[in-house]
Amino acid sequence: MRLLETQRLKKYFGDTHAVDEVDFSVTQGEVLALIGANGAGKTTLVNVVSGLLPPDGGKIHFQGIDVTHQSIHQRIEAGIARSFQLVNLFDQLTCLDNIALPIFSREKKTRRLMALADKDRAVREEAMEVLQQFGLAPKAAMVAGGLAQGERKLLDVAVAYALRPRLLFLDEPTSGVSTREKAPIMDIITSIVRSGKITAVVIEHDMDVVFTYSDRIVVMHEGKILADGSPDEIRRNEQVTTTLLGTTVAP
Amino acid sequence: MTRNLRYLIPIALLLVILPYALPPYQTILFSYGLIFAIAALGFNLLLGYTGLLSFGHSAYFGVGAYAPAFLVKYFGAGSMELFLLAGIFFTAVVSAVFGFICVRYTRIFFAILALALSQVLWSLALKLFWLTNGTDGLRVPTPTLLGGLASDVLGSAETKLDFLSHRYYYYVLAVFFLCVAVMWVIVNSPFGKALQAIRDNETRAEFVGVQVRRYRWIAFLVSGVFTGLAGSLWVVLNGLVTPDILYWTFSGEIVFLTVLGGFRTFAGPILGAVVFNFLKAYAVGFTVYWQFLLGAVLVVIVLSMPTGILGTANTIWLRLRRAA
Ligand SMILES: Nc1ncnc2c1ncn2[C@@H]1O[C@H](COP(=O)(O)OP(=O)(O)OP(=O)(O)O)[C@@H](O)[C@H]1O
Ligand SMILES: [Mg+2]
Repeated sequence: MRLLETQRLKKYFGDTHAVDEVDFSVTQGEVLALIGANGAGKTTLVNVVSGLLPPDGGKIHFQGIDVTHQSIHQRIEAGIARSFQLVNLFDQLTCLDNIALPIFSREKKTRRLMALADKDRAVREEAMEVLQQFGLAPKAAMVAGGLAQGERKLLDVAVAYALRPRLLFLDEPTSGVSTREKAPIMDIITSIVRSGKITAVVIEHDMDVVFTYSDRIVVMHEGKILADGSPDEIRRNEQVTTTLLGTTVAP
Repeated sequence: MTRNLRYLIPIALLLVILPYALPPYQTILFSYGLIFAIAALGFNLLLGYTGLLSFGHSAYFGVGAYAPAFLVKYFGAGSMELFLLAGIFFTAVVSAVFGFICVRYTRIFFAILALALSQVLWSLALKLFWLTNGTDGLRVPTPTLLGGLASDVLGSAETKLDFLSHRYYYYVLAVFFLCVAVMWVIVNSPFGKALQAIRDNETRAEFVGVQVRRYRWIAFLVSGVFTGLAGSLWVVLNGLVTPDILYWTFSGEIVFLTVLGGFRTFAGPILGAVVFNFLKAYAVGFTVYWQFLLGAVLVVIVLSMPTGILGTANTIWLRLRRAA
């Protein structure tokens, strides 16, 4: 089943055709890798689909419903969540509160003015559980601004995950961390995504990571989709290897 | 919270016995401090918790102050509770409208817009003489408290000074405690967390499902009502309201006392309000150049204690504990 489908989706920045009439689709249950060189338009595609930027043309359907002109809030309610390439956290809040907030939001409790957040046992426990899954439980009481880069990347993903979305966009979950840390971080993320039966689109530069963790790969190049297929197909695709992989993938 | 009770209970007790320990004039000064503290609590919901600097909070304080004055002028009302209800009602209306306009912007644009709107009210208060008496202002006589239930423990010989330094002090204190408790719950509620999330990262807040503009508007409304309530308490203490209270310099004082006490802490603005009020009172008595003197003192304090009095006290306390 098609969970997400875009038709001739377009986003231009002046002369830059960041997303150029893209037909992109995500199937229920898969972990899809979205790859491409710097400036290929990956982040812009996610920005448009998640509602951060309005498209210049085209349509977005989620679960068969046209969400092209829906607000960010409506898309989140429909089940689209995302993390950010550059970490976007609530730096002065504790890690626990960073996770509790999306849970409160999901349960429509953020309009409560006259109840103490900490007294909501169920939410606290769920937030602790999420932190536990991401290996961040020991940092629960620490403010998010005080975390190390790898932990910040994980928390960024955890915040989006806590919304329990149907479709989760992860924009370079391992960027800015050392090569040594990449695999453990991806291990955590993919096992959570798979066990939670969440459909995920992961933007990633590291080809080892991409081939190891994804079911399907979509390659973008200068705003267009260059190739789309299983990891094996992409590995064999000469057009892709020459434009993209030549330098990054080991023979 | 239980840890905080260790400080809260002695402070609360001190506040309760205050009128018996201090001369009436000092007690009344303290009432002013408590009232400004309520205003600052409201103001800081926007600055400290939502990340919006309003340079127009004189508007809500002023509306809160004029509302009882109108009740007296047009209906001859003399009940404190009616005064407060009117203050809350009118500031809610005004801050709902002004907030609706202001929250479309952030940062300096928000600050300037809030300032501009408050100046509109100020000029209206000056110009609409038939309504406000212009610069002569409106008088507000001593009202009955709690419908007369708490009247005249001191007998009919009670002077205005007695009233203000005893019964009215306790009335203000009770409202102050209530406001502190309510605001404490608000900033620690899921809604309060959402506001802090907006302050820290607007975009991400939107992406966890917080409707940023709407939440800012609600925060604005709550903030305005707290400040308005303070205005209604103030006008009885002052006995008179003139357009001065709507002027932008008073907004500046609210900003200043909040920063002075420390806007990153819950109690900072409260402390700032009380301290500022005493500083100002003594500076006025000390020299005709009080504004200059006060400004200089404040600049020194803010420069040497960027986190405010309470923030600095916290840091020192932590350092001492670590050393011990
Ligand atoms: N807000 C913007 N304003 C102007 N140009 C933009 C904006 N965002 C992206 N672009 C441009 O659009 C193109 C696509 O950018 P995008 O960030 O989507 O690439 P990307 O595939 O995510 O690259 P990277 O791997 O470096 O993150 C780039 O040329 C970029 O400079
Ligand atoms: Mg990108």
